[in-house]
Amino acid sequence: MLLDVVELAIDLPAPDGWRRVVDRVSFGLDEGESLGVVGESGSGKTMTALAIMGLAPDGAEVKGSIRFEGRELVGLTEEAMGQLRGDRIAMVFQEPMTALNPLRGVGAQVAEPLMLHRGLAGHEARGRAAQLLERVGLAEPERAARSYPFMLSGGERQRAMIAMAIGCGPRLVIADEPTTALDVTVQARILALIDGLRSESGMGVLLVSHDLAVIAGHCDRVIVMYAGVIMEMGPVQAVMAEPRNPYTLALLEARPRPGAPRGSRLKTIPGAPELKSGPSAGCPFAGRCALTMDICWTTPPPEAAFGLNHVSRCHRASELGRAP
Amino acid sequence: MAPLRPRGDPSLWLGAVLVATLIAAAALSLVWTPYPPNAIDIPHKLAGPSAAHWFGTDNLGRDVASRMLAGSRISILVGVIAVGIGLAFGIVLGLVAAFSRGIVEDGIMKMSDFMFAFPALLLAIMLTSTFGPGVVNAIVAIGVYNVPIIAKLTRATANGVLAREYALAARAAGRGPVAIALDHVLPNIAPALIVQATIQFAIAILAEAALSYLGLGAQPPETSWGKMLADAQTVLYNAPGLALYPGIAIALSVLGLNLLGDGLRDALDPKLKARS
Repeated sequence: MLLDVVELAIDLPAPDGWRRVVDRVSFGLDEGESLGVVGESGSGKTMTALAIMGLAPDGAEVKGSIRFEGRELVGLTEEAMGQLRGDRIAMVFQEPMTALNPLRGVGAQVAEPLMLHRGLAGHEARGRAAQLLERVGLAEPERAARSYPFMLSGGERQRAMIAMAIGCGPRLVIADEPTTALDVTVQARILALIDGLRSESGMGVLLVSHDLAVIAGHCDRVIVMYAGVIMEMGPVQAVMAEPRNPYTLALLEARPRPGAPRGSRLKTIPGAPELKSGPSAGCPFAGRCALTMDICWTTPPPEAAFGLNHVSRCHRASELGRAP
Repeated sequence: MAPLRPRGDPSLWLGAVLVATLIAAAALSLVWTPYPPNAIDIPHKLAGPSAAHWFGTDNLGRDVASRMLAGSRISILVGVIAVGIGLAFGIVLGLVAAFSRGIVEDGIMKMSDFMFAFPALLLAIMLTSTFGPGVVNAIVAIGVYNVPIIAKLTRATANGVLAREYALAARAAGRGPVAIALDHVLPNIAPALIVQATIQFAIAILAEAALSYLGLGAQPPETSWGKMLADAQTVLYNAPGLALYPGIAIALSVLGLNLLGDGLRDALDPKLKARS
């Protein structure tokens, strides 16, 4: 297994003590596999991704275990982590506008990890950067390498970001909302590019998104997170077709769907995720769930397994499983 | 970097011309002055402006134009070195504070606040009265005053850059703090530092003039505009022009630097540019 996360918990300092933003998160990711993480803002999906990179915010406490290629990353020194970052594990960020330094040439920024981790000299790295820019599908890679970020379009910038990430041939690429800031057509091409690179190189991809359609189309398995907890996890087809968690169901029903009757309203999930200071007594979704029972307020739901690798944290999981 | 668009901004140009004049005067004085600035000529003392002496002569018969040119050197020297000291220490302290966070950041910032609480002149008077008057001590004193200002600005703007995604992306690429500071933070905070340095330059010129006027800066036979003001004071009724020339020179230099700083801020700040 490429990545093995066990009982990950992240506490952030808050005015009144600690706030647990990620709790009891366990999952694995194989070589060549694409795992989607979906959830609304504040669900802990980005925090989980940052923790794997060793980039959790200052003062955050990361507990549990993150094993990458058999090596424990939690508690690794900044220096050792720095050697992995950009080399074995790379990250693609959401905002191609702000994730590239506006004052440096694109080629120089793509070349940076190569010089750092591969010890390439400047001109070698720049030559390699142009090749990488070509590989991610930029027309005129030489021109793109000489350009500054503002001279490129959003899609081109995101391709440059991906070129920067794959430069050293990472085994794991974490893409945090890589297409959220892009047009739908550009979005599809970027995701296809990531798919292509994955099947070429056999790297694992952790795709963080709030867009179920993106995950459905490009991932093998999906994790549905809510308030820092994994609500449901399983093969994409199984989770989409037979969601075993009311939260997943609610997310699926909140999607706009073609063929819906004219004038029909989109379903929404009432309420907003609440912030909690410690492990909550019951189910984190109890306050917004349509199926809440008394036990939901008092006892955290255990993991219930359905079929192959499909698990859900819900007291009523066995009653669910109908198509949305 | 976006190209400067100074066409619509006369203050940038006026400031640049005034500052260029100041620099040109200082450069010229290195190779040529109408008379040696310290040549005493008692018979011709307190002469009015004439073809031989453009700005007249002072109470010792020294050529005022020559002394004005020579005095510009001190102003520039003080500005460059004092701002240089401020930038060198201030940037390092500010970056260390921004990157280290926690107790180190608090310590550096509390120290800066403490220093900040003293007016520039008071700090300079304290330092020169401890270590003795003279241009060097005046420069050091003004430089020390600049350090916390630059440190605070560096830390604030660096924190802004570190919050940007490209700083996180650079860490995600495995870069260490020093590389991020040099490649990503410094270039992006340079505009703010350049503008602040220009303004500190003006303050340094004023502070040097004030210190020399008080007798804590340039010592005879050195020439400085502040010193000339002090000398002119004794003969103010006989030759008011003697106080006027260095006063105007100081005012125009400071005005030029402030205009240049304002103009640079507008030119380097894309948000302001978009609005105009």
